[in-house]
Order: sequence, then C-alpha cells, then structure tokens
Amino acid sequence: MTDIISAQDLVKTFGRNRAVDGVSFAVGEGEIFGFLGPNGAGKTTTTRMLTGVIPPDSGTATVLGHDIRKKPVLAKQGFGVVPETSNAYTDLSAWQNMMLMGELYGLPRRLAEKRASDLLVTVGLLGNKEQKVQAYSKGMKQRLILAMALVHDPKVLFLDEPTGGLDVQSTQMILSLLRDKNREGMTIFLTTHNMEEANRLCHRVAIIRHGKIVAIDAPEKLKMAIDRVHRIEVSFDRGVPGEALGEVSGVIAVNRIGDKYRLDVLSRDTAIRSLVAFAASNNLQIVTLNTLAPTLDDAFLRLTQEGGS
Amino acid sequence: MNPESLPEQARRAWAVAKKDIRIYYLKGPVLIFGVFMPVFLFLAFYMGGRDLPLAFLIPGLVGMTLFFSATAVSPAIFPWEGSAKTLERLAACPISIEAIVLGDMIASALFGIGITLITVLIGVGVGLPVLHVDILFIALFLGACCFSALGTLLAVPPTNVPSNIMMLSSLLKFPLVFISGIFVPLAEMPRWGLPLAAISPLTYFCDLARYCFSGAHYFPVTLDIGLLALFAVVLSIATMYFHRKTMPRRL
Repeated sequence: MTDIISAQDLVKTFGRNRAVDGVSFAVGEGEIFGFLGPNGAGKTTTTRMLTGVIPPDSGTATVLGHDIRKKPVLAKQGFGVVPETSNAYTDLSAWQNMMLMGELYGLPRRLAEKRASDLLVTVGLLGNKEQKVQAYSKGMKQRLILAMALVHDPKVLFLDEPTGGLDVQSTQMILSLLRDKNREGMTIFLTTHNMEEANRLCHRVAIIRHGKIVAIDAPEKLKMAIDRVHRIEVSFDRGVPGEALGEVSGVIAVNRIGDKYRLDVLSRDTAIRSLVAFAASNNLQIVTLNTLAPTLDDAFLRLTQEGGS
Repeated sequence: MNPESLPEQARRAWAVAKKDIRIYYLKGPVLIFGVFMPVFLFLAFYMGGRDLPLAFLIPGLVGMTLFFSATAVSPAIFPWEGSAKTLERLAACPISIEAIVLGDMIASALFGIGITLITVLIGVGVGLPVLHVDILFIALFLGACCFSALGTLLAVPPTNVPSNIMMLSSLLKFPLVFISGIFVPLAEMPRWGLPLAAISPLTYFCDLARYCFSGAHYFPVTLDIGLLALFAVVLSIATMYFHRKTMPRRL
C-alpha cells in the first residue's frame, strides 16, 4: 500500500511545552486513519503541521509525495481540511464560500458551480445556499465546511473533531459521507475524541499521549492487545454457587451480576470449553454465554494513562 | 494546471481580493469613513484662515483620500482573519502567503482608487480641471499600490487584536500626512522638514497630484513617478517577506 501521508519525527514546541515530540507514522492509500488522544496530547498541533498551517520545529511531513514545507502549494492542492473550529466566512453566503474555495483550488467556474451544487445537496444546505453563514446553526456550519473541503474532490481529507458537539442527524450525515468518500478511494485522516466513531469508521488508529505516539494498530487489535485478562458473562437455568465456578479451569475471578456471572479468564477458549463441560457434568443448561471484549475506550484509557501524567 | 505557477497564484490572489472587497470594503461605515475623514481634515485647513488656494488644497485632499482609504482596512484584515480562524482556512489552501498578501493589497488599492476618484470629481466640480489626466491615472495606480502595501505592512506584527494594529497604524499615518507637503507647500517647509518629506511616499504622490491639477510641482515629474514606483516595489516586497516570517505565529 502506497503511503499517502507520512510524518517523520515531527517536533513542535510552544514556549517550554513540547506539544509534539518526535511523532512518526504513515497512512496508506484508501485508509481511514484515526488520530486519538486526550485534550492537549498534540493531536491538533500534529494535524496543523501535516496540513501546512504551522511549520514543525523539526521533522518532515509529506502528503501525496510532496513535502509540506518545501512544496506546500502542490501538497495542499491534493487535500481538503475540516478544522476543529468552523471557519467559513460568516459574512459570505454558503454559495459564496463554496465559490471562493473553488477559486482558491483553481477550479474552472462551471466545474466549481456543479460540484458546489452537488455537495450542498448532499449536506442538505442547497435551500440555504444564499443565506449568510452567520445565521447557520453549528451543525449547518460544520456540514458547510465539510462541503467546502470537498469542492476540489481531494484525494486526502483531514478532519479535526468533525462531529464535536453536533446533533445526531448532522453527525450521521457527516459519517455517512465520509464512508462514501472512502469507498470512492479517498484517504481520510480523522482526529477525534469519540472512541465509538473511531471504532466504527477507522481502519487503523494512532493514540498520542504527551506529544508521543503510544500505539498504532487496527482498533480490534488494539483492544485485544491491552489486556491479557478477558471477561465472559454466563448464566444458567438455575443458580450455581460462585465457588464452584471459581474452580472451573481457566477462571481466575467470579462476580455475580444479577442472574449472570462475570468471569475473569486467562483464555477464552479454555474457559468456554471448561464451562460447557461444567454445565454438562452438573446437569445445567447454559442460558446465555457472552465474551466481553475490551472497548476502544478501555484501550484508550489504558494507553493514555500508562506511566501517569 | 500548475498550482504553483505565477498566473495561477495571481488568479487565487484575485479570489482573495474579491473576498476582501465583499467582506471588508463594501460596508457603509468603511465607505463613509474613507470619504469623510479626508474631507474633514481638508475643511479644517480650508477654513483655518490660512488663505491657501483650492489649486493647492484639492491635490492635498486627493492625496489624503488615497492615503487614508488605501490604508484604512488593510492593516486590520490579518488580525481579523486570525481571530476568526479564517486565516487558518486560507493557510490550508494551495495559495502562497505572498499571494494572500497580494490579494489583500489588490483589494485595498482598488478601494483607494475608487474612493479617490470621488474626490477627484469633487475637485473638478468645484472648478479645478484635471490638466494631466494620464499622469493622474499613473499616480493613482502607483500611489494605490504603494499605500496598500504600506497598509498591509502595518499588519505584520503577529497580533490578532485589530485595535492594537489600528493604534500602530494611526501612530504612523497621521505624522506622515503632516510631513508630506499636503498642508504646507514643500517650498515653504523648514529646512529640517524636507528630509522628512523625502522619506514619505505621500510627498511624491501629492507633488504629482498638484502637477495634474495646477501644473505646479516641486520635484521633477519623472522623479516623482520613479520614486513612487520604487516605494511601491520595496514596500510590496517588504510586506510579503515579513508576513511570511510572522504568519505562522499568528495561526
């Protein structure tokens, strides 16, 4: 897979604070890459360096093969940006903002008008296109800046917290559009706090803490990698003494929750086989048996808290 | 299309200029300020009992109008856009910092020329014909380029508080008006005043304007045009250079 975005040892310091401390990663073509981290971890600073808004103190960033510092115009021509703060011109209408973007990306007028109309239909703003953006709601503004970022049909899209504080309708619209664009081949770099969003959308995620990358992997692998102890929930057709379950092979702890037992086990496979044997030997029927995977939230919390703050 | 090419960057600068005109210049208060400010200064001197002839005062008024209108808004655009985060939008677009600055300068120059033409018409209306129309247009073009570059240069300090920049701007603009031969003819200036007048581009514009309206001038016309052009080039290069240095600190 070709690297579309590449960061090598990016460093950025503000005063005494080293906001980004030697960040390196690569994003392949067609990937949705999530960039996660707590507040102040360096996510937005990294994104702003990758998009050429601020220069790194050291290190290099390339997008679509162009060094963002040496060839900023060529690199920027190939990507779109949806920043954390809605930054459409509020004194202009949505249509004027779209046309301005078309001109700034060098699109012929007719092509810009066609794309702008199509995108405003997609984000549900065509009916408000002549309205000044200052009258828009937060969700409408966010949908507009997404449309503005897509007007030149970029190969790469950078998004910084695109759904922060939005209503469900706007959030779903944005996520659905991102999935569609990714299916068409667009590479997406997504900074988010929302673990569920990252879990559902991203092929790989990087977790940043105190300016350093602490993990990069697929969400499922990341969840599994953080914990050697797994959990299983089981319930039977009648009550079973907890001590008896504690003696089942592979079970290291038992907690009763309502009519279920939550078991901490070292190996799911061993524990499930032993539980089935235990039920058979005690003439019990298994009513439910669920394996509880760690969530991306668990992985995020573990990885961002390790080593203290 | 090569997005880095000069024609392409010039087209994108024009897009920035159109945006500036829509957002910042075509506003009632800005238009009114652009005309009223020089008119009131002019009236203050006209009615000040110094018996200066109209042929002297009208070119001064034209000079002040161009100077104040071309530098009225441009110093504040970068701070405004920095605080509204729209500068970040431009910074993420495939347009060079030089082209963004050029766009701001074009908008400022066009606004200056537009407002100044009204003042020229006022001059003609009060019975002062333009004797050298071609030179007046050359002077207006060069002066507008020069003053818009100066206005944009004033926005170089990387603050996103417009009032800070406007204060700095006033500190520079008002003294410049008084040393540039607008209200005191260059020939009547004290010896210490002439070197000061010589470092102000407004001096050369006013000298040219005076030549256009009355035929009188202090410096040779070609020298006025040459120095005004030189100021325009130097100030444009300086403003682009310094904005490239300070813009990352503004974002």
